[in-house]
Amino acid sequence: MNKKYIPFILIGALLVLPQLGLSSYVLHILILALMWATAGMAWNLLGGYCGQVSFGHAAFFGMGAYCAGLLAHHYDITPWLGFLVSVPVVAALALVMGFIVLRLRGPYFVLATLAIGELLRIIAENLVDLTQGNLGVLIRRTWVDKDPYYYVILALALGTYFLIQRIMASRWGYYFVAIREDQDAAESLGINTTLYKTIALAISAVITGFTGAFYMNYMGYIDPQIVFSLGDISIVMIMVVMVGGVATPLGPWVGAVIMVILAEWIRSLPVIGTGYQTLFGILLIVIIIFLPNGLVGDLPKIKRFFKKEVPA
Amino acid sequence: MLEIKNINVFYGDLQVLWDVSFQVEPGEIVALIGANGAGKSTTLRTISGLLRPKSGEVTLDGQPLHSLEPYDLITLGIAHVPEARRLFVEMTVEENLDMGSLRGPAKLKRKETKEMVFSLFPRLSERRRQQSGTLSGGEQQMLAIGRGLMGLPKVIMFDEPSLGLAPILVGEIFEIIKRIREEGKTVLIVEQNVRQTLAIADRAYVLETGKVTMAGKGRDMLNDEHVKAAYLGV
Repeated sequence: MNKKYIPFILIGALLVLPQLGLSSYVLHILILALMWATAGMAWNLLGGYCGQVSFGHAAFFGMGAYCAGLLAHHYDITPWLGFLVSVPVVAALALVMGFIVLRLRGPYFVLATLAIGELLRIIAENLVDLTQGNLGVLIRRTWVDKDPYYYVILALALGTYFLIQRIMASRWGYYFVAIREDQDAAESLGINTTLYKTIALAISAVITGFTGAFYMNYMGYIDPQIVFSLGDISIVMIMVVMVGGVATPLGPWVGAVIMVILAEWIRSLPVIGTGYQTLFGILLIVIIIFLPNGLVGDLPKIKRFFKKEVPA
Repeated sequence: MLEIKNINVFYGDLQVLWDVSFQVEPGEIVALIGANGAGKSTTLRTISGLLRPKSGEVTLDGQPLHSLEPYDLITLGIAHVPEARRLFVEMTVEENLDMGSLRGPAKLKRKETKEMVFSLFPRLSERRRQQSGTLSGGEQQMLAIGRGLMGLPKVIMFDEPSLGLAPILVGEIFEIIKRIREEGKTVLIVEQNVRQTLAIADRAYVLETGKVTMAGKGRDMLNDEHVKAAYLGV
């Protein structure tokens, strides 16, 4: 079979999936996986391709979620408009954040992004008049059925995939990779590294904001602890990419499916289920040691491993 | 042409260059020699704009460079071939060369310049689609030099081009640097391989603990008692 048909078959399969009479729970898992794949691709653009590892992407996720939620809560406007409103808001946040953190490198950058993510959570908790603080925001969901949400997030995921593929095939893509591999060399060769890092951050942030806005629409309830969470948002985004494969186009998809299923499964186990974050931590360590390029990036290594197992 | 006047450079509070001054005239090969930590790489990084002098100035044909952004310097005709090559290892040979000609007139002449680089380094031509991280050390150094040439510089600066190379390759790299000068480029080179550097350099400056302590013709320095004792081990 011709290899070039595979993407069309995959997309076709994704389109008909909800029509196969899946249970509402399975559909929920699929929606979450697509949402995390999108968030992972967004993180991958900045962290994977451009090499700027952010521990604070919950800032953008939460901001997108609150854009959608507060519109509905305060003005009774459809929360879907949050997608549109989140673009300037999240982009502005990314520019401010970029101005502060993009002059830092390595661990300093990581710590600064982490701090900003946490800072936004604390702000959201305390601006009670605007956000209702820890009470959270509850909205009426548009649809009872899950199918429409599935198609919204599928469109977002596919759109993100093709956008990032386009970017990485362009001049910008080369600049991002050059910055990751050697910032000084890139600068000496004429690349305004601060500018291009800001571009990568802004695109990554806006897409992450979209996933947040989707989360609000889909779940119907958010609070600062959920959407600005370090452990449940920022770090899960990183894990999705690390497990799947850093700087690979399909890595976030694979990582998202595995992480969502794993999270559901571990959480359902008696006793140890409550410690799922510990187990995620252990998993991350194992991945970093044995598959530093993730499942997609280290595919040849995995194949070789299994070939050795088969007796000749 | 390239003039460095009384620059003082700090890493935080630590001063590493003290009133360093020297100049490079068109068509010259000028060498900066000195021990590890003498400030040679720091000097090149300051000229490239990656570090800012606290005082003093760097000018090219009278135009001050120290107030410009590093990413604009390449359009003025300065190329920096950094220490340890610093290629984009996940890009191919050809992509690395393209990254050397992103701006200005060099971008328009990319194709011709690339042919020139391939004729200078036929081995790179054979491997143009190979990932640069998989090249041998000597080939990587050639690629780093080629990438520098892609920017069509007037002045090309080499930071330790012989680092980590087998002796036979070291000789080859020095031959290439001579050829680059014959093609009309001005060369500033920083090296620990003092003997071979002085043999090709028109003039040289000795840098010791951040200060210029000697200046002279390359040939004369080879016979200088202090240089012999300190750097040539005779």
